[in-house]
Amino acid sequence: MVSVVYEAPDSIQGAIDLLANATITTKVLAGGTDLIIQMQGVNEERLVVDVKKIPGMMDATLSDKGLDLGPSMPCAEFTARDDIKAVYPGLVEAAYLIGSTQVQGRCSVGGNLCNSSPAADTIPALIANGAQCVIKGPGGERTVAVEDFVTGVAQNCMDKGELLTLIKIPRPAANTSDAYLRFIPRTEMDIAVAGAGVSVTLDDDGTCTAARVAIGAVAITALLVPEAAQALIGTKLDEDALQAAADAASAASKPITDRRGTVEFRTHVVGVLVKRAAKIAAERAGG
Amino acid sequence: MSEAQEFKHIGQRTIRPDGHDKVTGRANYAADLALPDMIWGKILRSPHAHANIKGIDTSKAEAHPDVFAVATHADIPNSDAGGVLNILAKDKALYHGHAIASVAARTEAAAEEALALIEVDYEVLQPVMSIEEAMADGAPLLHESLMTKGLAEEPTSPSNVASRMEMNKGDIEAGFAEADVIVEREFRTATVHQGYIEPHACTVRYDEDGQSMIWCSTQGHFGVRQSTADILSMEQSKLKVIASEIGGGFGGKLGVYLEPVALILSKKSGRPVKMQMDRDEVFKGSGPGAATRNKVKIGAKKDGSITAMEAHLYYESGAFPGSSPLGPGCMTVFTPYDVENQYVEGFDVVVNKARCAAYRAPGAPQSEYAAEMVINELADELGIDPIDFRLQNAAKEGTQTMYGPKLKAVGLVECLEAAKNSDQYKTALKENQGRGLAAGFWFNVGGDSSVVINMNQDGTGTIVEGSPDIGGSRASMQMMAAEELQMPVDSLIPVIGDTQSLPHSNPTGGSRTTFATGMAVIEAAADVVSQFKERAAATWNVTPDQVEWKDGVAINTSGDGELTAAQICAAASRTGGQISGRGNINAQGAGPSFAVHLADIEVDPDTGQTTVIRYTAIQDAGKAIHPSYVEGQFQGGSAQGIGWALNEEYVYNKDGLLENPGYLDYRVPLASDLPMIDTVIVEVPNAFHPYGVRGVGESGIIPPLAACGTAVSKAIGIWMTELPMSPPRILKAIQDKS
Ligand SMILES: Cc1cc2nc3c(=O)[nH]c(=O)nc-3n(C[C@H](O)[C@H](O)[C@H](O)COP(=O)(O)OP(=O)(O)OC[C@H]3O[C@@H](n4cnc5c(N)ncnc54)[C@H](O)[C@@H]3O)c2cc1C
Repeated sequence: MVSVVYEAPDSIQGAIDLLANATITTKVLAGGTDLIIQMQGVNEERLVVDVKKIPGMMDATLSDKGLDLGPSMPCAEFTARDDIKAVYPGLVEAAYLIGSTQVQGRCSVGGNLCNSSPAADTIPALIANGAQCVIKGPGGERTVAVEDFVTGVAQNCMDKGELLTLIKIPRPAANTSDAYLRFIPRTEMDIAVAGAGVSVTLDDDGTCTAARVAIGAVAITALLVPEAAQALIGTKLDEDALQAAADAASAASKPITDRRGTVEFRTHVVGVLVKRAAKIAAERAGG
Repeated sequence: MSEAQEFKHIGQRTIRPDGHDKVTGRANYAADLALPDMIWGKILRSPHAHANIKGIDTSKAEAHPDVFAVATHADIPNSDAGGVLNILAKDKALYHGHAIASVAARTEAAAEEALALIEVDYEVLQPVMSIEEAMADGAPLLHESLMTKGLAEEPTSPSNVASRMEMNKGDIEAGFAEADVIVEREFRTATVHQGYIEPHACTVRYDEDGQSMIWCSTQGHFGVRQSTADILSMEQSKLKVIASEIGGGFGGKLGVYLEPVALILSKKSGRPVKMQMDRDEVFKGSGPGAATRNKVKIGAKKDGSITAMEAHLYYESGAFPGSSPLGPGCMTVFTPYDVENQYVEGFDVVVNKARCAAYRAPGAPQSEYAAEMVINELADELGIDPIDFRLQNAAKEGTQTMYGPKLKAVGLVECLEAAKNSDQYKTALKENQGRGLAAGFWFNVGGDSSVVINMNQDGTGTIVEGSPDIGGSRASMQMMAAEELQMPVDSLIPVIGDTQSLPHSNPTGGSRTTFATGMAVIEAAADVVSQFKERAAATWNVTPDQVEWKDGVAINTSGDGELTAAQICAAASRTGGQISGRGNINAQGAGPSFAVHLADIEVDPDTGQTTVIRYTAIQDAGKAIHPSYVEGQFQGGSAQGIGWALNEEYVYNKDGLLENPGYLDYRVPLASDLPMIDTVIVEVPNAFHPYGVRGVGESGIIPPLAACGTAVSKAIGIWMTELPMSPPRILKAIQDKS
């Protein structure tokens, strides 16, 4: 018989000790909406470390510096925060897309990030907002940009004993906003076939002065696409500029054909999404 | 039957007798029965689409401490019984997920561990995954001895074509010679699943004395008894099958998968055995709806009269011959049209996919999709409104069908007129939107139904029927019995009897239950009424024909006296014993049901995404016993057909392995994907049913394929010919055009 050892430490150090000293496979548990499914039918002993009892893991603090997001905060709480939504509407929309009402009650942005699926909805939105991951482990603390955090399909830069303790999202400059769009064949309960997160900053006459464009589900990891951002910067986000950004995103994508879509489809649609997300972000930024 | 029949209960929207149990979760489904000492059975499934099985070594599994029994094909008592090669493979694995061996162990987890210990020596073969591949010269053969049936000349070598059939009427060549415009197209539809929510499951017990029991979710427990008894070489009297509540079937729960295996394991282990498929197994190992490739050619004169209709239909049967619904596909393809010259040729072709099973109006959605698409294109070419074009050529009473009978009174014209008058047809479309209309025909069936109505001593009663209730039929039985007995609906409790309580009853399928079992209920109720009259007559010392039965009371017409049902029943032991009425019939005269649907769909030209914005389902019910459940059938059929049209398909990889065995990637429409499906019930009575009932369960899945197919085609200006019209496929069509 296979057994699962469950621990719920109340400090980060306690979690690190458990993870670092374990002799069996370890798994951090946040909402479990990925993890519990992945553990079905697994035939090995496991240590599951529930991090939800650790102070700070379930909180979110918004200040003039930005957002300090506890990685395990359930999306239902996160998306109910109007103060956060006012600043990062695209990120909140991305979090809201995960699953259903039931799933929302458990799933978290940190879990979405650490699960490191190429199709994870919040990752492009986090990248568009320049989010940073604070990781703690036996060797201390380090900070990694989200675009560098995920290294492959279901792989990230965390080593044994490490865990994600905070997601830091800088406060956007004035006249900045974001948007996230994904393509699914249905209206909900589906996995992104392509996704795009865009953040734009406008000056007073509506010219784009800064932008970040990130795309999801079209490569083994979500990608930051500086070429697409460059296509937007210095323009008034006219049709030509939007099309250039779309083309840059399509060019940067390296999708595969699978049961959810073809290479041709994903390559084209990711561009369409970048274009549409940039338009929405600009409308929001322009106020 | 008169047009002006007045009803007290029929046509009301009563509360269904199974409603409370279902909404509270109290209802017992297939997986809900546990017995003392019960153990768990599991099936080992083929990881290959096509492979020779050179050996199966179960010794390690047998040595597992928690294992009670292991079974393979060699343990099947009657290896000549129908379908046994699908129940447990013998020397060939014919599809990904084909059952190879099974174990029963103390726990589900132990059974899974033991499965991993079974060693199967496979010689992997090239899979055959499409009609083209199967029919290609030199194609790998699934069955070395399969000789095509129905060819003009006896074939001399085996092939993957199981059979060919042909039907015709009139002179097809002459018909096309008369035509001014001819449209000819080839269509494809994918392998689809019925998508019932409840997985297959059963709990069985084989006792020392050979007496045995099966509890399972099925559309027909008498059929489960028949095939399981055959496979186990048992007498039917030894096998009691109890139908649990059923969480959907749509044709997919007519056959057996787990039950015989579970019973073999129970026999070997001496323990009750429970088996339950997980979702992955349901998709891989149960019977999907057939994929098809269909060519249709139709010619018409400028004035709109159709002169000739021709079809060549290719149906995938799955791994075993004769499992496709080719016959009904051929028979229904042109039935909505009163056209003299018709020809259809059809092929049943084996491929390395799960053996096909029935799926709601089996075969008709695929063939009628092709025909209706061509009809719509032809209407366009002729510049005639698609409803007018159909009205001009519509089948009606007296129309000679290609497959044999002349149609009796049918409601196609009425449905088309209702479509024309619908709000949807009058609503203007916007940019990127298209509208599609299609008709659908399904025969419906009758057959054996057995019913007993047992009266209680207080004058209430129990209706014991043999038809599992999938769509609310218990409510309809209750209403029909109440109508006939002129008693309150809730004084009559409908139950599904097990196989030992009633004679054989055909399964719930072919939209037969409300029609055929309903007739049996009416007959049983009439039997009770005549006994009520006899008992009252005996009490009053008059003859039964001097007694009138009215509003649930016996009235002495030649003197004084009234007796209620309660009084008669209370006195029954003194007037001749307890009262029960019987209706064991072979129902004849099932009335076909025509449907006409309207779909409005918007297409996002940049992504190929579809949104169904409006949908109306119109269908002839003959007489709607319970209108809410009739509407529910129209809506359910529409939803399934829309899914078939837009997103549902089995996706296989190049090795023939199924890549989407689950609801995440097998995309049935969600509630949020669909608009409210408006319904119109047309009632053209079926003269053969006392209340005019036609079956309504199946026709509703036929029109959505071409209604959606046409709506999308109109929205993008390209005739789409392949289902599902998933976004990648639509986007590619748009890009290829520009
Ligand atoms: C029905 C359903 C629908 C879904 N729909 C979507 C969707 O639309 N879009 C989408 O992107 N996802 C979707 N998901 C996937 C999943 O819900 C999300 O990825 C979710 O955000 C995961 O969060 P969680 O808190 O449940 O993570 P968990 O399952 O608890 O954890 C996920 C992974 O991250 C690791 N982990 C979690 N927290 C930490 C930490 N602090 N440090 C280190 N490692 C950690 C875990 O060990 C695990 O490997 C869906 C899932 C289900 C069941």
